Amino acid sequence: MSVRTSLFVYRRHATPLHAARAGVGAAWCLALVPAALANDSPIVLTAVLATVLTAGVLAGVGWELWRSLRVAAIVAVPIVAVNVLVSRQGLTVFARLGDLGPFGQGDLTVEALVYGASIALKVTILMLATTIASLAVDPDELLRGARRLSFRSALTVSLATRMLPVLAGDARRLADAQRTRPTTEADGDSRAGRARRRTRLIGAVVASSLDRALDVAATLELRGFAHGRRAPRRHRVLSRHDVAFAVSAVALLMLTLAGKLSDFAPFHTYPEVRSGPVLPACALAAALALVALLPFADRRGIAP
Amino acid sequence: MSALCFERVTYTYPNAERPALRDVTLTIEPGELCVLAGLSGHGKSTLLRVACGLAPHFHGGVFAGRASVQGRDTREYPPARLGELTGVLFQDPETQLVMGSVRAELELPLESRGESAAAVARGVEEVALALGVDHLLERSTHELSGGEQQRVALAAALAGQPSLVLLDEPTSQLDPVAGDELIGLLRRLNQEWDTTILLCEHRLERCLSAADRVIAMHDGALAHDGAPAAFLAWAEREAPALLTPGAKLFSLAGLQPPPVGVKQARARLRERELLPKVVEPQGQAEMRVDHAPRRKRGRFWGRGSGAPVEVHGVWFEMPRGPAVLRGVDLSLQPGEAVALMGRNGAGKSTLLRHMAGLLAPTRGSVKSAGRVALLLQNPGDYFLHERVDQELSAAALRSAGLEPFAQRNPRDLSGGERQRLALAIVCGEGEPPAALALDEPTRGMDREAKAILGAELRRRAEEGQAVVVATHDPEFAAGFAERALLLADGRIVADGTAAELLSGGWYFATETARILGGADGALLPEQGARLLRAPGLVEAQA
Repeated sequence: MSVRTSLFVYRRHATPLHAARAGVGAAWCLALVPAALANDSPIVLTAVLATVLTAGVLAGVGWELWRSLRVAAIVAVPIVAVNVLVSRQGLTVFARLGDLGPFGQGDLTVEALVYGASIALKVTILMLATTIASLAVDPDELLRGARRLSFRSALTVSLATRMLPVLAGDARRLADAQRTRPTTEADGDSRAGRARRRTRLIGAVVASSLDRALDVAATLELRGFAHGRRAPRRHRVLSRHDVAFAVSAVALLMLTLAGKLSDFAPFHTYPEVRSGPVLPACALAAALALVALLPFADRRGIAP
Repeated sequence: MSALCFERVTYTYPNAERPALRDVTLTIEPGELCVLAGLSGHGKSTLLRVACGLAPHFHGGVFAGRASVQGRDTREYPPARLGELTGVLFQDPETQLVMGSVRAELELPLESRGESAAAVARGVEEVALALGVDHLLERSTHELSGGEQQRVALAAALAGQPSLVLLDEPTSQLDPVAGDELIGLLRRLNQEWDTTILLCEHRLERCLSAADRVIAMHDGALAHDGAPAAFLAWAEREAPALLTPGAKLFSLAGLQPPPVGVKQARARLRERELLPKVVEPQGQAEMRVDHAPRRKRGRFWGRGSGAPVEVHGVWFEMPRGPAVLRGVDLSLQPGEAVALMGRNGAGKSTLLRHMAGLLAPTRGSVKSAGRVALLLQNPGDYFLHERVDQELSAAALRSAGLEPFAQRNPRDLSGGERQRLALAIVCGEGEPPAALALDEPTRGMDREAKAILGAELRRRAEEGQAVVVATHDPEFAAGFAERALLLADGRIVADGTAAELLSGGWYFATETARILGGADGALLPEQGARLLRAPGLVEAQA
């Protein structure tokens, strides 16, 4: 038995989100993004982040989401740091770096820090929502719809999705094979030797992926790819989970829109941090979380 | 109309010096189950590729003569059109699964043909039920085991209900159980749906009894075409390397005609009152807790350092996954040749990886008295250069017998030569390793190449290296190993001599042992023939 791939790939779990059809699942995941992008209130953003994380756990992909969160943190920290260093807006200075020549005065402000944190939070939510979509939405079913519009392009994307874990497995296998080779005197264990081995390994992975591509192309030929016919339209009755997640996605969008238009949870960063009343922001945050997570409550008929 | 017809077909791959097929004339009638036999590199796979249209449409090359599938000329019809009549399954199932989920995989060929949604749904349902993969429909293709992948790839090939199915060594990556299941499935397809089957296979003993005809290839040309019994009689005279172990047993014992399968062999021995009586009941080899050194040989003799590899209570539990090894204890002695057997997923590869230090146990320990060289399943993974002589020094090539291939690309070598080169690479050029571990080294190898590899492993064991081989091939294990281990669900469930382990089971037993009922621990045709010829040992059944 081989060790499992570490790549994030779709697996059918017994969860309501997996039970919903791919189009609806993808729409629900996407609906989380505007809720983050359209709001600046830390209360709302934190609630959306908590909602996304909870949804990930309820969709059985909590561990993968945790790993994604760690990657997001690596992206988020530079965003905050760069904004603090680059932004010249904001009135509340918390550190002075002095005269930076052509860059002017190096005053670091609380407002720039908060704004940077807000952007980082939005990027994190975007990354996590995308992760949930890639783990809980069947790419084949999604691309099947796209194949009706452009057969070859959509099938190419399907193949790329399929080939990712295959090529990752090849790379791991080749790396293992190289680890079992005795180290030659020419290579040694120096940094240059390791670099040479790594270069050769990359060459072998590329050669292997070309071999794979050729084999897959032969299989596609035999499966009738050259016909290039459109996938037939399917008529599927909406399941309870399709309805629940579709309603949830629409409600999320409407709440986001309504919150934005009515400025329900106002929050301004520059020139100084100003926040509206806490209660409406909390209400909006709770409503978004409730609407997003409610479909997970119904666990009937979720087994694959 | 013939299911498949070749008329003087000659085909040469691009840039090849010699034709891969030479003047092949062949007709296969509807409903026949034909086995394609021959050594590696003698044109079997090419014949299948011509039959499905990949050669010349996909591969290019020079084609002469005429090949047709149900009257459709393969030069006029591209593989996609021929795919409406043919289903093809190649050796490596992983590259034949092109979609993310099993359902999507089965839908693709039907959708490509423009079937309606209802027809697609029905086709998927039917083929999934017929091949017993209905429980896998919602699974991701990358999660499937090797046996499941092969079954799904076959289901995808059969989804369009082709009348001709072409299979290129479909059981080479499967354990004996899954391999037998697949052959049983093909027999059912042939008998119940009248599907024509052309099956290329090295382990003929697996499929000969199900075949109507055997077509033997030699050097790209047709060498023999006839019923299985006639094929065995021909092989006995002309191509002994193609004989099944049962036929070889009869041949060495001076019995005629050679049998097609275990059932026939036993019936003939019973008729002649030659079937040996099994004196002692042969069961599973007993679990042995400690392994006292049996012998020490070669350069390890007198070192007193103990076992080249010792595995103490090793567990390997995957994060968020199953326990692959569960408290394995194992000690290999210098000069010991060990076969490690078990079903796909039993933990054989994982155990070898622990021995070589590629994986660290989550509990327990692995100690080694020197380097443990590990040859993984795919020898091609070891090749990093364009020429053989860039992979190894001239002296190492000479000692591996690969000097004549020094200027060739390693990827152009035959399966057996690639294996030899990879083995020489992992063993290195300096001090030989204390232990040598090989993971499924005989995949896709013909008997001749297996015999050469077995001899090489025995030679290394004689020199004092401990050799352990994970294999699904009982015939190969019996040929080189003195000790055999059976791994199941991450545990060693049997550990004994090869004669004990490979003579008493249903699946993990050689054909000779199954014919002779495990009598006297005879595993190989030579041993069985000695038993049949020795009157003192044979007690005819009443």
